Amino acid sequence: MKDVKVLGPGCKRCIATAEMVQAQADKLGVPVSIEKVTDYAAIAGYGIASTPGIVIDGKVVHAGGLPKPEDLAGWLAA
Amino acid sequence: MSTVSCAKCTPVPVPAPIVPSPNESSTAKWVGATVAGLVIWALAYSQLIPFSDWLVARLPVDPRSHLGAAISFFAYDTPKVLMLLTLVVFAMGVVRSFFSPEKTRALLAGKHEGIGNVLSAGLGILTPFCSCSAVPLFIGFVSAGIPLGVTFSFLIAAPMVNEVALGLLFALVGWKVALTYLAFGLAVAIVSGWVIGRLHLENWLEEWVRNLRTTPAELEPEQIGVVDRIKAGLEAVRDIVGKVWLWIIAGIAVGAFIHGFVPSSLLAEIMGRDAWWSVPAAVLLGIPMYSNAAGIIPVVEALLTKGAALGTVLAFMMSVIALSLPEMIILRKVLSIKLIAVFIGVVGAGILAVGFLFNALFQ
Repeated sequence: MKDVKVLGPGCKRCIATAEMVQAQADKLGVPVSIEKVTDYAAIAGYGIASTPGIVIDGKVVHAGGLPKPEDLAGWLAA
Repeated sequence: MSTVSCAKCTPVPVPAPIVPSPNESSTAKWVGATVAGLVIWALAYSQLIPFSDWLVARLPVDPRSHLGAAISFFAYDTPKVLMLLTLVVFAMGVVRSFFSPEKTRALLAGKHEGIGNVLSAGLGILTPFCSCSAVPLFIGFVSAGIPLGVTFSFLIAAPMVNEVALGLLFALVGWKVALTYLAFGLAVAIVSGWVIGRLHLENWLEEWVRNLRTTPAELEPEQIGVVDRIKAGLEAVRDIVGKVWLWIIAGIAVGAFIHGFVPSSLLAEIMGRDAWWSVPAAVLLGIPMYSNAAGIIPVVEALLTKGAALGTVLAFMMSVIALSLPEMIILRKVLSIKLIAVFIGVVGAGILAVGFLFNALFQ
């Protein structure tokens, strides 16, 4: 089970990012638990300066804008 | 920032099935298509005046009447502004794909005030970020040790000197005004940020922000190729032009009305350079008004052609796009009311100075 956190205050793009992660994980058959982190202090704690951000198993892999689907596949498969 | 409209969000790909990474032939196709698109753009643009003349000639209106002047302004300006905006937004989308808030933060880290303010204001123009990122960006900068004043230079420059404002000013009013706007917009951002830094207002941040210390995340660089940059440009066009076109048409309609119906003598009296009070009035009027640059610039053009003083008009424009209530509401989450008041006061004073200076210089 991969632990995915989507960092963002709840804007449209943050929701879209979470949906992309879920869709990609389903496609690859990777079990994931997705958590949305919306608290500003918690988001900043991950050391990013733009949202949405993606954290996989504790590691920040992406910040700012929607991820590219092929990148997402790479992070989930790793 | 373009606040709630999210107009400065990082251009992003649409969720799509996984595609194989682009090989050389598909890169060539993308570049070829882009060049072809630019050629078609130029051909269409060169036909705009004949097109608007043709259109107005077919209407049962005397082209020299008030209504005729208004319609011809509208028919020529609407496609012109939309086409130029598309081109500028595309170009900026490509340029911005080279920058990110995280890279900007790394560039600013450890810079002192002064040089930091200058760099920060410049990067404010080039860094893509979306209004929903304004608070994370602010906290991300401040908690990583970037001085408050330097952070403010970024936050002031980003909305004020944006690509839409510059591109449209360049197209509608001319390169001299566009360049002066760029220079003075940067100057206001640099000086205001510096002043806020000198005032040492760190204690006026919300307490949890003040106490937060973070270490910037180390992101592995994502692979971005030529095709991705072109896609980023297209995505920016879809995102920004898709959102602001209505504002633009509304702005042009107001501009067309001013153009056709408002007598020059009236405007020259109210907004001319002899009326000293018009600059502060323009700044005050601009604060509660929220529009993006796209909507305000056609109005600016019409005001200028009717004899309004340049300094007064620029002050009005800067006030409308740099000091906006929605932005204040977003920033209230991290700044105390006192700090927001100082922010409005300092930036407002800077804009006021620009307005007076312009009116004095361009007699």
